[in-house]
Amino acid sequence: MTSPDLVDSAAQAAASAERPGLLRQLSRNPSVVFGTVVLLVMVVLGLLAPALDTLDPAGIDPAWRNKRPGTEHTITLPSGQELEYVHRMGTDSLGRDLYSRVLYGARISLVVGLAVAVISIAVGLVIGLLAGYVRWLDGVAMRVMDGLMAIPGILLAIGLVSLWGAGLATVIIAIAVPEIPRVVRLVRSIVLSIREEPYVEAAISVGTPLVPILYRHVLPNTIAPLLVQGTYVCASAILVEAILSFLGVGIPPETPTWGNIMAEGRVLFQVFPHNILFPGVFLALTILAVNLLGDGLRDTLDPRMAKRF
Amino acid sequence: MTAFVAQRLLATIPVLVMVALFVFLMLRLTPGDPAAIIAGDNATPVQIEEIRERLGLNDPLPTQLAIWAGKLLQGDLGESFFFKKKVTELILQRVEPTLALATTTMIITLLVAIPLGVLAAYRQGGWLDRTVMGFSVAGFSVPVFVLGYLLIYVFAVELKWFPVQGYKSISAGLWPFLHRLILPSLTLSVIYIALIARITRASVIDVLGEDYIRTAKAKGLTNRTVLVKHALRNAAVPIVTIVGIGIALLIGGVVVTESVYNIPGLGRLTVDAVLGRDYPTIQAVILVFSFVYVLINLVIDLSYTLLDPRIRY
Repeated sequence: MTSPDLVDSAAQAAASAERPGLLRQLSRNPSVVFGTVVLLVMVVLGLLAPALDTLDPAGIDPAWRNKRPGTEHTITLPSGQELEYVHRMGTDSLGRDLYSRVLYGARISLVVGLAVAVISIAVGLVIGLLAGYVRWLDGVAMRVMDGLMAIPGILLAIGLVSLWGAGLATVIIAIAVPEIPRVVRLVRSIVLSIREEPYVEAAISVGTPLVPILYRHVLPNTIAPLLVQGTYVCASAILVEAILSFLGVGIPPETPTWGNIMAEGRVLFQVFPHNILFPGVFLALTILAVNLLGDGLRDTLDPRMAKRF
Repeated sequence: MTAFVAQRLLATIPVLVMVALFVFLMLRLTPGDPAAIIAGDNATPVQIEEIRERLGLNDPLPTQLAIWAGKLLQGDLGESFFFKKKVTELILQRVEPTLALATTTMIITLLVAIPLGVLAAYRQGGWLDRTVMGFSVAGFSVPVFVLGYLLIYVFAVELKWFPVQGYKSISAGLWPFLHRLILPSLTLSVIYIALIARITRASVIDVLGEDYIRTAKAKGLTNRTVLVKHALRNAAVPIVTIVGIGIALLIGGVVVTESVYNIPGLGRLTVDAVLGRDYPTIQAVILVFSFVYVLINLVIDLSYTLLDPRIRY
């Protein structure tokens, strides 16, 4: 009989042999590298926005409205000091510096993307595990999810935000709710296939209770697909947040978000396209980066799924 | 076959009931007083009470549900607060532009995406394939409204080929109608083309590995015949499935595109309703769009037997 120690050390050896390989594989994947680099840049821009020569993103200056990118401007600070400032991306129709607003806008987009991904994955994981393992719950939960999935995501989010009032928290929840059913289905399908595996049957046969089985055997199998799914949810959440803000039903207009900047710029868009162009490019680039990261993760972590697309 | 159709129809009913129930509960289970939220910050208690009365929020929940479901079954979606009209009437007025936009978008998408997907699959790994795949990732990432303004700026403001915004009914003549519809449809079709081209490629690549494709080539059929008659025909089921699932994407896109191009359709109605705190209209639009989505997918399910004679029920 093999001693447990031997099995453990073998498993550890396998794990440690696999880990650097996986990281190296990821670092060789151009999609992963591009996505990570762009995202890191966005995170740095968002976090360090106050230090990157920005003005108050909400600071209105009626005398300096609708300036084109590159306009120089002598600002008198409250202290009486004079400051030579270049509006790198111009100003909007209230005289706010667009460069500052775009940089601060990265914060909202990234927070929404991350929060929605975490919330929908966490809730979907719990419901999916239960639905996959508790027979009587399965039917009910899946019918509810089918109904939820039949409502187009953006409409559901718009409906929820219109009832809960605009704000960061409500926007995050409203975007997360329509994403949950997809996660639930994914987790449930994994659970249904894993529970038939011999090692799970073996665990059940020696009397392992439900919770350790889920924790030790089922949960690890969901990590890779959920990581991939999470990046796609994140990309879609960033997009939906921008759409909600753009339509005027998202985060309140004074908060600098890319969607809000564009919503504000749409009236004078034909004369001053930079109000839409700059936040639009940042938004598209961020979503592209997250999507590419997802594609790269999927190709490396989940080759079965990669074959399909 | 008849049994299958009946069974699919029956299976759709619980989904529709679930959707209706969600839409009903959304308002009732809102934390706080929904009537006060809808009335806005400056509303007087009298106004709030009036809204509560009109939404029927004073009755017990089961009674509310019974009344609401009863009206729904008669096609009565309530009365709009903002437009002071029957919501059903309001929706019927707005259907035409949305239908026109969705149809032209669908035509453009299928005309572009399927040939692109097939060619990319045929030349797998070649420059066309890589371009199509790159375009498909980019197409998913550029937000509809950013793309919309980009196209407006280039083709309407700078080149002046198209009007900037607006909509003309087809009754005003075919050209004025199409002239205003081309840019919005192009805008909306990009994400859809990205999706369908990708699936077409994947699904045709799958089929191209089959033995009968080798046989078809071996007996001297032209590439074209092999690709269209043998590969595409057999790859049709997954493609059509994604066309159906993608309708949800299209509906979201319609809401945004109609706002960007100022098209008075159902999407604009949704946004106007949210901004005007017109809850009955929001509720009705969500319900109508979801029903349409479910029913289109039902039709697609039923069409599998036509596409693939091997599928028998």
